Amino acid sequence: MTRPPSTTAPTAGPPSGSHWLNRRRLVEVALLALMLLAPVAAHLLGEIYYVNLASRVALVAMAAVGLNLAIGFGGMISFGHAAYFGLGGYVAGISAHHAFEGSLVMGLPGSDNMLVIWLAAVLLCGLLALAIGAISLRTTGVYFIMITLAFAQMAYYFANSWPDYGGEDGLPIYLRNALPGIDTNHALSFFLICFTALVLSLALTSRLMRSRFGAALTMARLNETRLATAGISPFPIRLVAFVISAMITGLAGALYADLNGFVSPSMLSWHFSGELMVIVILGGVGRLYGPLAGAILFVMMETLLGGLTEYWQFFLGLVLLGVVLFAKQGVIGWLAGREHHG
Amino acid sequence: MGESVLSMSGLHKRFGALQATHDVSLDLKAGEIHALIGPNGAGKSTLIAQIAGSLRPDAGKIHLGARDITALGVARRARLGLGRSFQVSCLAEPLSVLRNVMIGAQALQGHSFRFWQPVDRDPSLLAPARAALERMHLVHRADTPVAELSHGERRQVEVACALVLKPRALLLDEPMAGLGPEGTARLTELLETLKHEVPILLIEHDMDAVFRLADRISVLVAGSVIAHGDSEAIRRDPRVRDAYLGD
Repeated sequence: MTRPPSTTAPTAGPPSGSHWLNRRRLVEVALLALMLLAPVAAHLLGEIYYVNLASRVALVAMAAVGLNLAIGFGGMISFGHAAYFGLGGYVAGISAHHAFEGSLVMGLPGSDNMLVIWLAAVLLCGLLALAIGAISLRTTGVYFIMITLAFAQMAYYFANSWPDYGGEDGLPIYLRNALPGIDTNHALSFFLICFTALVLSLALTSRLMRSRFGAALTMARLNETRLATAGISPFPIRLVAFVISAMITGLAGALYADLNGFVSPSMLSWHFSGELMVIVILGGVGRLYGPLAGAILFVMMETLLGGLTEYWQFFLGLVLLGVVLFAKQGVIGWLAGREHHG
Repeated sequence: MGESVLSMSGLHKRFGALQATHDVSLDLKAGEIHALIGPNGAGKSTLIAQIAGSLRPDAGKIHLGARDITALGVARRARLGLGRSFQVSCLAEPLSVLRNVMIGAQALQGHSFRFWQPVDRDPSLLAPARAALERMHLVHRADTPVAELSHGERRQVEVACALVLKPRALLLDEPMAGLGPEGTARLTELLETLKHEVPILLIEHDMDAVFRLADRISVLVAGSVIAHGDSEAIRRDPRVRDAYLGD
């Protein structure tokens, strides 16, 4: 077998057989370097605001990495990923709240240890996605979009009307949760935690999509009849991908609550689900680094244009229109070149 | 000719007032090609869907070997050894030929919840996929995206996808359609050798190919099998001439 392995293999990893330092690779390294070095520079200049802004970009990007696994790699157009982002946020908020009060939540003490909070957020988001996915994945197309939206809206109104944790006013986190050995109140340290989580979510997605599971998920997206005829049922494959996707988005949500020191129902609202979708589409659907490119562009437009005019979303709309009409693989497709598969 | 590998007995399927399948009993024996012919609208597609598992019969049983597979889904039947090709090719077009075939090798090795090892260097998937492509004389196209293949090559890929499953029975739905004389000749030759490994239930419009290849022929008209026998018997059967051959 002297022939190089297929370069049309699905998506995530570098096509083995081509040189590792190709154009796509360079763009990805440049994006990560920008993401890492900009806040370091801001820190050295004493601009804490921009360090925190970078943390926000990293977390929104990570939430979108989760959504991209569902939409881009799995072909499951979820319009309800705010549910997992918000649930992750509420896990951080509620746990910190009880740790602060010294009270119990469902018989358990609260914790302000981030490791405990992350584990709880990931597990609970996985369970929620298992239930929502098991029902939603029996539908396809517009129905799937609507049913995922409906579940997320249920979570939104539930949080809104539950007075124990602030209801519509939200729940403050008075002291940022702690991570043993690291000063999480230090803006750059907190950014580095977020950045590490983002990089791990990218690495996980890349590895996953090159595995047998990824091959089955790709086939489920491209041609589910072929997958079934080959002897693999599409439903369990999709469901597991949906659960992993929700876990990634949920972990980003837990960190996001700690970044803001606050969690409110707005983290669960359909506006946020929509923002994540816009970021995935802007960046490039089904491109590993698409969510990162999309999140950088989105937050920069929001910050820079939003400072000039409150109608900044008009310009966001124009950019989105341009991407959808002219660059179907998003900013990444434009920067790093198109990939040959769907 | 050996024992029965795939058998249907008393299959019924009704859509409202339309009796699409009426008391169909057929079997496929080891080492044979059993052709199923019939005019358009005879219910061939409905029958195939029931055998493959995408449609449940209202009544009747389907057995693969000794096993009753009537209640099993498409994926389960495939894993038990029922390979099929489609009338309109059903492949993942953006992926390479090799990838399309490898997914079957993967299914054969158990569940796909393996999240870590990359597939593109896994010899336990690559080797059987390449072997199946070799059978179809397609190894030189292994890394080509299916979208760039000719119609005839796609047909061959479909058969390779079925072969990699090490099937006990093959269900080929109009594999000759749109092939052209040369392609038809080549595929005919291939099926003739293949049948000794795995029996084939062949649904085909190309009468020359059917009469040349088939050990037995069943004729489906309006949901029922109206005639059954070898090529000579079918050629001479007045009911078949009436309903189908049209002279």
